[in-house]
Amino acid sequence: MNTSGSLKKILIEWLPAVVVTLTLIVAWEVLVDVFDVQHWLLPPPSVIVVEIADSFGFLMRHARVTAAETLIGFAISILLAGGLSSGIIWSRTVERTVYPLIITSQTIPIITLAPLLIIWVGTDITSKVIVIVLFTFFPIVISLVAGLRSVDQEMVDMFRTLGASPWQIFQKLMIPSALPNFFAGLKVAAVVSVIGAVIGEWFGSSAGLGWMMKIAGGQFQTARVFAAIVVLSILAMALFAAVVATEKWMLKKYPPTANRVIRLGDS
Amino acid sequence: MSPASNQQISPNNSNVESEDALLAVSGIGFDYENAPILDDVSISVGRGEFVALVGPSGCGKSTLLNLISGVLEAREGSINSNGLVGRAERLGNVSYMQQKDLLLPWRTVAENSRLGLELNGVSKAESNAQVEKLAEMFGIADVLDQMPWQLSGGMRQRVALLRAVLPDNPVLLLDEPFGALDAITRRSLQRWLLNVLDTADKAVVLVTHDVDEAILLADRILVMAPEPGRIIADIDVDIEMGTGTTDISMSPEFNKIRANILDLLSRQETVR
Repeated sequence: MNTSGSLKKILIEWLPAVVVTLTLIVAWEVLVDVFDVQHWLLPPPSVIVVEIADSFGFLMRHARVTAAETLIGFAISILLAGGLSSGIIWSRTVERTVYPLIITSQTIPIITLAPLLIIWVGTDITSKVIVIVLFTFFPIVISLVAGLRSVDQEMVDMFRTLGASPWQIFQKLMIPSALPNFFAGLKVAAVVSVIGAVIGEWFGSSAGLGWMMKIAGGQFQTARVFAAIVVLSILAMALFAAVVATEKWMLKKYPPTANRVIRLGDS
Repeated sequence: MSPASNQQISPNNSNVESEDALLAVSGIGFDYENAPILDDVSISVGRGEFVALVGPSGCGKSTLLNLISGVLEAREGSINSNGLVGRAERLGNVSYMQQKDLLLPWRTVAENSRLGLELNGVSKAESNAQVEKLAEMFGIADVLDQMPWQLSGGMRQRVALLRAVLPDNPVLLLDEPFGALDAITRRSLQRWLLNVLDTADKAVVLVTHDVDEAILLADRILVMAPEPGRIIADIDVDIEMGTGTTDISMSPEFNKIRANILDLLSRQETVR
């Protein structure tokens, strides 16, 4: 009885989200039909679903390629961001040296860089991973530095009076304190990582969802482009969900000092 | 353990740096952003002595503790804590309980308590054994596996004190240890502190703005004045604390000392 009660509660909580999403999809379907829009211009959801079903094996084969690139790029980003943030926190000199370079790297229009990367490193996975890293390491570095800096000075002093070394303070106080910020940046990075993968694939590859979109788009197979977008979204959402799950698990283990979620709409 | 037995150890003239002072602070000056915070402050605390610093907010009481512990570096003067003179030498070798409990939210009570031992390389088994040995006396034996958020303010202060005293340094600094607690909890923890602290071979410095707390706990009270922070009076507390069953804060001797200190403090107020 309790189970059905909580199930009912979950249904009620998710009802607005489901209703809004379904309404948008139905509106899309109806509007395409009412205004008689050509399907190569904008396919209705039903046609996209059929396309996904028809070319499911093909889609999955290319999704696997994109997923692999994304995961490798994402992992390298986390390691790179961890190293850079630690260096920035550790020394003013590193901060002064590295920060301008990081900012500069983000002002490069990656669209123009991607074709050059193909020339420099070839068409294999490396060029895609580099683009993904360029897309994702920045939000992680910024949030991680903010997190490591957010540590309470009184806590640091307490550690010092107990005889802690700088490394002990970093390891036992600053890293756990930085986790909430770190995961905030990680969530941003998870979502944009697939964009990096698609851009990397656009300029020279023979596989992946980005390559598929480019080919299908060129042949006005618009339904296939949308099918690839749907799969790409699912990929990004899965990565996002994995980050959220890890965050929940880690923050349960390392609860932040202030861990109350404030929602002004809740009474 | 009899807290009253510490009484006779008080040196008669405490401003003279005695040979056997465990903690000797002399001529300390400290500025913050060009404003003088402390000026020519000297204190000397002997073995087994409990000294309280009272004064209005902003008189540099907490700054003085930060200087003694080695968190801050003085502009002038010298500090000698059981032979340790350099700031970096003292850091980690002076027990210091800050105003806030500063418990790590991701560590259990036991893990918080043994932090100081852990940071100094004491094995987990050994430090846990030390925590368990004192947990009963500190009244936290039943909550060792709980997380800090599950504890009341008073219990959190007990854990913070245990964390501070476990490294067993000869000098112990207490910065408003009960400042954030309600009056009833504070009173009971003050009595508890006298029983739990093995002060016989330690020098204890307590910072408080609660005059009653100072008289109740200390052998000697140093009254401070602000702008710049300095010591204006050194008062011996010669009250037989007795068994603690009667409320000594109602006794005439207690009232006399309290009136004296409050008078000194209020005179500072009018000067300002």
